Amino acid sequence: MTARLALVGITKRYGAMLANNDVTLSVAPGEIHALLGENGAGKSTLMKIVYGVVKPDAGVIAWEGEPVVIADPNAARALGVGMVFQHFSLFETLTVAENIALGLGSTQPMAELAAEIRQVAAQYGLAVEAERHVHSLSVGERQRVEILRCLLQRPKLLILDEPTSVLTPQEADGLFVMLRRLAAEGCSVLYISHKLEEIRALCTAATVLRAGQVVARCDPRLETAESLAEMMMGGALTHTSRPPAQVGAPCLAVTALTLAADEPFGTTLRDISLELRAGEILGVAGVAGNGQKELLAALSGERRAAAGAVLLQGQPIGALGPAERRARGLAFIPEERLGRGAVAEFTLAENAMLTRLDARTAPHGLLDLGAVNALAARLVARFGVRCSGILAQGRSLSGGNMQKFIVGREIDAQPKVLLAAHPTWGVDIGAALAIRQALLDLAAAGAGVLVVSEDLDELLEIADRIAVLSGGRLSAPMPVGETSVEGIGLLMGGAAHAPAA
Amino acid sequence: MRLRLEARQQPSQTMQWLSPFLAAVLAALGGGVVFALLGHNPATALATLFLAPLATLDGLTELGLKATPLLLCAIGIAVGVRANVWNIGAEGQLTLGAITGGGIALAFGGEGHWWTLPLMLFAGAAGGAFWAAIPALLRTKFNAHEILTTLMLSYVAIQVLGWLVHGPWIDPEGFNFPQTRMFADDAMLPVLLEGARLNAGFLLALLAVPLAWGLLSRTAVGFRLRTVGQAPAAARYAGFSANGAVWFSLVLSGALAGLAGVCEAAGPVGQLQPLMSPGYGFAAIIVAFLGRLHPVGILSASLLMALLYLGGEQLQVTLQLPIAATGTIQGMLLFFLLATDVFIDQRLVFTRGPAHA
Amino acid sequence: MHDGFALIALLVATLRAATPLLLAGFGELIAERSGVLNLGVEGMMLVGAAAGFIATASTGNPLLGLLVAAAAGALMAALFGFLTLTLRANQVACGLALTIFGVGLSALIGLPYQGTPITGLATVIWPDLDSAGPVVQQLMLLDPVVWLALALPFLVFAFLYRTRSGLVLRAVGESHDVAHALGYSVLRVRFAAVLFGGAMAGMGGSYLSLVYTPMWTENMVAGRGWIALALVVFSAWKPLWLALGAVLFGFVTIAQFHAEAFGLDVSSHLLSTLPYLATVVVLVLISRDAARLKLNAPAALGKPFSAAG
Repeated sequence: MTARLALVGITKRYGAMLANNDVTLSVAPGEIHALLGENGAGKSTLMKIVYGVVKPDAGVIAWEGEPVVIADPNAARALGVGMVFQHFSLFETLTVAENIALGLGSTQPMAELAAEIRQVAAQYGLAVEAERHVHSLSVGERQRVEILRCLLQRPKLLILDEPTSVLTPQEADGLFVMLRRLAAEGCSVLYISHKLEEIRALCTAATVLRAGQVVARCDPRLETAESLAEMMMGGALTHTSRPPAQVGAPCLAVTALTLAADEPFGTTLRDISLELRAGEILGVAGVAGNGQKELLAALSGERRAAAGAVLLQGQPIGALGPAERRARGLAFIPEERLGRGAVAEFTLAENAMLTRLDARTAPHGLLDLGAVNALAARLVARFGVRCSGILAQGRSLSGGNMQKFIVGREIDAQPKVLLAAHPTWGVDIGAALAIRQALLDLAAAGAGVLVVSEDLDELLEIADRIAVLSGGRLSAPMPVGETSVEGIGLLMGGAAHAPAA
Repeated sequence: MRLRLEARQQPSQTMQWLSPFLAAVLAALGGGVVFALLGHNPATALATLFLAPLATLDGLTELGLKATPLLLCAIGIAVGVRANVWNIGAEGQLTLGAITGGGIALAFGGEGHWWTLPLMLFAGAAGGAFWAAIPALLRTKFNAHEILTTLMLSYVAIQVLGWLVHGPWIDPEGFNFPQTRMFADDAMLPVLLEGARLNAGFLLALLAVPLAWGLLSRTAVGFRLRTVGQAPAAARYAGFSANGAVWFSLVLSGALAGLAGVCEAAGPVGQLQPLMSPGYGFAAIIVAFLGRLHPVGILSASLLMALLYLGGEQLQVTLQLPIAATGTIQGMLLFFLLATDVFIDQRLVFTRGPAHA
Repeated sequence: MHDGFALIALLVATLRAATPLLLAGFGELIAERSGVLNLGVEGMMLVGAAAGFIATASTGNPLLGLLVAAAAGALMAALFGFLTLTLRANQVACGLALTIFGVGLSALIGLPYQGTPITGLATVIWPDLDSAGPVVQQLMLLDPVVWLALALPFLVFAFLYRTRSGLVLRAVGESHDVAHALGYSVLRVRFAAVLFGGAMAGMGGSYLSLVYTPMWTENMVAGRGWIALALVVFSAWKPLWLALGAVLFGFVTIAQFHAEAFGLDVSSHLLSTLPYLATVVVLVLISRDAARLKLNAPAALGKPFSAAG
């Protein structure tokens, strides 16, 4: 049978980095083909090439046996390629129908289009309302809009980039049902993920990328998660080690915190209570957009609340700003690295000062450059940050190294409480391991650590207790040993707060 | 084969330095074209513009005199832009500084107090700071953007000055000319060189250079300002106050512009007139960018811009060229700078089109 | 009857004063809806005013003057577009540069024409003008540019919300990355919007030099470009609100000339601060609700776009 899509020798270079190196891959009609690899292995670049967003430096793309040039996404769509992006390509302020119209490049009247949307949505069990504005939709609903937009073009190949990273486990199951049905109808699916279990459950073929190169091809149904992981990483798995920790007195307590959303499309925090004890790691799970940003802002001091709503070691800090809370022993690793946790245009020395401007680095308000440089050099050495020196600009570091620097800066401050948002998001596996270990060590040393993450596997690995944030409400935390993925999934979907049936 | 811009891995230090010079040369070339179009020999015109003023001691002192308000205003503007606060109303703050400082001169000048001049300088700075504090208040309390408010208040300040010199403060013995009486000697800045107009205001402006440099690169306040300007989310995360940065940079730049205003009134002008500045406050925006928002760079840039003003006057006298020609060159200077600055972070590469085509 | 007549005369004067703001404002509204913040409106208006005047003085045809003004404004905008869109330079700085350049350039090219008399734009000739009542006659004395300006809110509204091109324009202003990923040419859309903005600003400027006060004086736009910018913020990027704002400001401008008639004895200098102070007040009122402003502003406004890869 002729392959639906065949890539031969695809190479793409960004400056000194080879994102794709001589990649060859073929997808049969009706096949659900996994593209597997770590962060930065080159999966997304390859898919952007297939979708015409990025142009390859070398290589041939063949579509149903014929070599083709995919000049832009319009050309890709004309061939029958549909793509569901990891970061959705939707316009927040436009309606579902307008978004779909823009994606189709069609000129048919809106009313006609709306009818067609309803019909296809019903056919595949994708419930969406055509007239609603995208900003009012949940993340899962947005993904449905994206998929719907592809389906309306009757695609022959559907590409999905990490589609389950934003879904609850139950929503993911629904997605799989739909994809299997699509494949049965003859549509090919290219499924990008680094989640091994779901690939084993869903896909019928897999291509494994590492550092831009194809390192293995296999049938994932015949592999184990361990063997897939080894292909992906090129070596045996290493694990974090959990030093024994003594759980002590509460170091951070939140009582009945309610905080209205401060920006359009934000989430209102409702009646949040939590208690973080010294020596433990508390994980906060949940799908993005359920109040994570808001909760972290309220804890870090970027947003103020009533003084007594947040207690740090028994002292009210709810009305204090970030610098004052930091001075009292609360450190924070934010989600965004460049632009928030660090400044891209600043040197590492300046970035060290960002949260460490105190009597040592700036006595009487005058910078002591010697002390600042010594601090930065210590962080680089202690946390193994690879850089050209402390005068290197923030933006010159890789994501993993920048994150190690930020995590190191916060841990080096010897906080009593550390808040960490998605601490290993988008970093390579080596750095992720080092960061998780650093968090475990900090907890073992007696600090309380609160980790907010969408990566459930990560939380299950490092947290002692897990709570779930959904719709701005926080569930009661449970010890990790007593939880199940299904149980957490139900909470992520808001089960705990749904009215009794 | 086509040209394409590609991001550099590291910003180019060479272009960082070269860009202002490149822009100056390009603007001079552009000026030559303008002169040629106006029917003049571009070589003669350019020589008159750029070289003639530097040939005499008198020219050099005049250069310092014209650089004074430009330097003061530009340093304030640059501190603001570093904090991402855009004060483009320095012209108005300068005008208000002239009004408040000049008011003191009119009230107490000639009475022989030692404090008249210091009080004038203080009042000028305070007047400018006050005029800039209004946009600061509107920005921090009401979220109204300072670009528009500072500019609108400039128009207002100029009208207020117009009202004063046409009305309440008009010189009763001035044949109804819209101007105040001349300031008394004790309300005038001392000249630095006998026979020249260059005065102590130049020293104040020079003093602002190291102070601003120290503020920006050696103090915690300066670091906070730069963080707020460079990455607002990082500043929020660090706990640096964005509102504080707005207040600080606007009040500081207003005070400096106000000081520039009173120095003009108590210096080369010697009285209040309907227009206290030929657009120094606006030209200072160009100076700030041309000087890379760095105090030392701004010192050089202010001298270049002063040369443009001075040369422009010479052109008017010797070649009857309109003063507006230099205004055009000023605009071109900023344009060329912004264009050449693009190559600090990017470079031109030749590509042969997509490989798979 | 006489009161009614005075009122209608006031309305006519207001509309004439509002016309340059409407033209420039709608140009900027379109540019901003595509995600480009062009602070050079004042400069483009000035160059348009000067170029339009020169063309009219040379040819005696004010309609040609209007067209030349639009072309000159678009040319200025092209310069801005080249710097900010092609070279990705800072939009705020380039806008300021455009204004500074425009002030200088217009003064330079307009210099020989200071004091030159021209015949301004004639009003539309209505066949049965004589038979109409005095009120209708007044209205009919409005020139065609005013009528164009009054139609703009509806035209722009229909374009933005009823056409596919309008949808694409809004989409590009909302998120250039998404639009790019979907295969739309962000730069082409933005260039078109910026050029339209320039043409409208140029025409708005020339309305001042050809119709409003048919003469050329240096800096005659006197901040109206900035007021137009403020009005776009005031309108929350919505066409009908922009129209309302422009007419309101037209009235403030006119009121200052009628102050004496209202029995006010205030210096003309102080009265002429009114439009500027009103701009500040309006900005304060509209910006107070930061969340609302953020909700309505095109999300990609002022951000440079780069199609990587």
